[in-house]
Amino acid sequence: MSNNNKKELNKVGASGQTKDSPTASDSTTEQSQPSQPSSQPSPPPSSSSQPKQSPAKPSQPPATTAASATGAGSKANTTSQPAKTQPEPPAFEKGLVDQIKNKFGDTVNVLFIKPLRIKIQVDPQNIVEVANYLRDRLAFDHAESVAGTDYPKDNQIEVIYHLGSYTREELASHILWLTTRTNRDDARLPTLINVYKSVEYHERECYEMLGVYFEGHPRNERFLLPEDWADIPPLRKDFKIKGR
Amino acid sequence: MTSIEEKFEESKRLGLQIVKESAEEDRLMTLSVGPQHPGSGHFRFVIKVDGDYIVFCDPDPGYVHRGEEKMCEHRNVIQNIPHLERPVIHDSANINYSYSLAIEELVGVEVPRRGQFIRAIASELNRQVYTLYWLAIYGIFLGHSTMFMWPTGDRELLIDLLEALTGARVTHAFNIPGGVRNDVPEGFKDRCLRQIKYLQKRFKEYEDIFYNNPLFRQRTEGVAVLSKEDAIKLGVTGSVLRASNVPFDVRKAEPYDIYNEIDFKVQYMKTGDCFARAYVPLLDMQESCYILEQLLDKIPSSGEVRAKLQPNPKGPPGEAYRRVESGRGALGYYIVSDGTPKPYRVKISVGSFRNMLALPHLLVGQRLADMPAVYWSLNYWPVEADR
Repeated sequence: MSNNNKKELNKVGASGQTKDSPTASDSTTEQSQPSQPSSQPSPPPSSSSQPKQSPAKPSQPPATTAASATGAGSKANTTSQPAKTQPEPPAFEKGLVDQIKNKFGDTVNVLFIKPLRIKIQVDPQNIVEVANYLRDRLAFDHAESVAGTDYPKDNQIEVIYHLGSYTREELASHILWLTTRTNRDDARLPTLINVYKSVEYHERECYEMLGVYFEGHPRNERFLLPEDWADIPPLRKDFKIKGR
Repeated sequence: MTSIEEKFEESKRLGLQIVKESAEEDRLMTLSVGPQHPGSGHFRFVIKVDGDYIVFCDPDPGYVHRGEEKMCEHRNVIQNIPHLERPVIHDSANINYSYSLAIEELVGVEVPRRGQFIRAIASELNRQVYTLYWLAIYGIFLGHSTMFMWPTGDRELLIDLLEALTGARVTHAFNIPGGVRNDVPEGFKDRCLRQIKYLQKRFKEYEDIFYNNPLFRQRTEGVAVLSKEDAIKLGVTGSVLRASNVPFDVRKAEPYDIYNEIDFKVQYMKTGDCFARAYVPLLDMQESCYILEQLLDKIPSSGEVRAKLQPNPKGPPGEAYRRVESGRGALGYYIVSDGTPKPYRVKISVGSFRNMLALPHLLVGQRLADMPAVYWSLNYWPVEADR
């Protein structure tokens, strides 16, 4: 019952949204271009990794697929062995990665974290354009969460949007991480509220917890904190809990 | 002498004291619902009414904000277990489930098969405990006190069951990184099957007395319809999403642990009104009973229940996002590790916080009397949303 209806849903919901679903042929055209950087994706990077740099290219083309996780719905065998070094994207993820890279080239840095998780690093000025593409062409239609992380060492704050898809069945298991970084001293980012309505409260929370001002967001205001909060944003690393 | 202006002039001529309601601010009345209002939980929202129609709604959460995410950064991954389940103690197995999955991914540990089954059993039981509690509240706020008594009583049986399994009534701290805290007790399977059979019988009685009650149907059917497009755009989750004709369930979409070996359907409805949002959780509970029967049937008869972790578990620097299907929808943890035993950043993405966005969307245009029916149909748990 659910299967049939899922298919039906896919047809209805995705109309006008996903036109170029990545197929095997898509990815073979890009076979010669390896899709993942060689460095391991460590979140607090030692140097400031601005996404301006083009991704590092490994010399040998990667073997295409890990047999365990091809396509959607298959169980990601992640509890056992998280891919840590030089992850090899499965065919479906590779197709997505190539599609994004073809479109945006060096302005985005696409990292493959593990099956079902792709991370895209972009500059703040490109994030709205990339988000529009992800929504309209790849059918990532909602944001599950928006998390900000403070990196005082790099003097930066990273904001990460976890995007998911309800309309495209093969993407249901995927979470796409769209990240951007901003200067810690003057933290300003363009809002994605016009692309994803679902980020409204998440961005507001990010504003009060990390002090990132979202330009264009109608309400950069207090949300969860007390009305008389008169301290620095509490999720910054230099906010100390009393007694610790 | 019909228009307001004429009446006003006439009253002035007669020397009567009246207020001319010309400006919009004069027409509208602002009501503050909560945080002490019994109909809202620890949650406040400001509404404006024109007559008895709601024309504006602004949620104001945060009255039970505890700073869980900041607390996580100052404790190691094991110390984080007990306080992380506090936001939703009725569903504590599920809120710890995705945390455990994320930590396991970062630390790189595999859960023994028997442990995977036991924690799926615990979280399915907990899902029902939560949903019964929510159903009781929904019943009482629509004035149906029987529906408050029955689920509260039946929930007690499941709580006893969970107490036998975990040693605590509501805050179990049972699903932990690496597996579960302890093995199932003697005779648990028979007792659990007996309770499931009883519950399945009760669910039919719930339908008779509550869901098929004409008064309940009149108050909920066709009220506050959330269309499929809006549900997707707002990014709602859980029963709210499935009531709006989107059959999405994390257990099916991205199966974790042993859920890909379990045969079950994603229950959903097409109407998207309050009735669908009230009925989908009941269908979920029925489905959960089938899942429990399979879990109890397939569980390996012996084996480890917990993988051995090093005393202060830590993994290489990395980040993970894992999610499970809780009683209120997808519940995700985004954890950044910098290689030390304490997480660098923990972000909890909860269903309640996401479903809150639908509240102003649905309430505006409804009548004030429908406010409890709409609000509680969102499966909203204020403490979880605030974290």
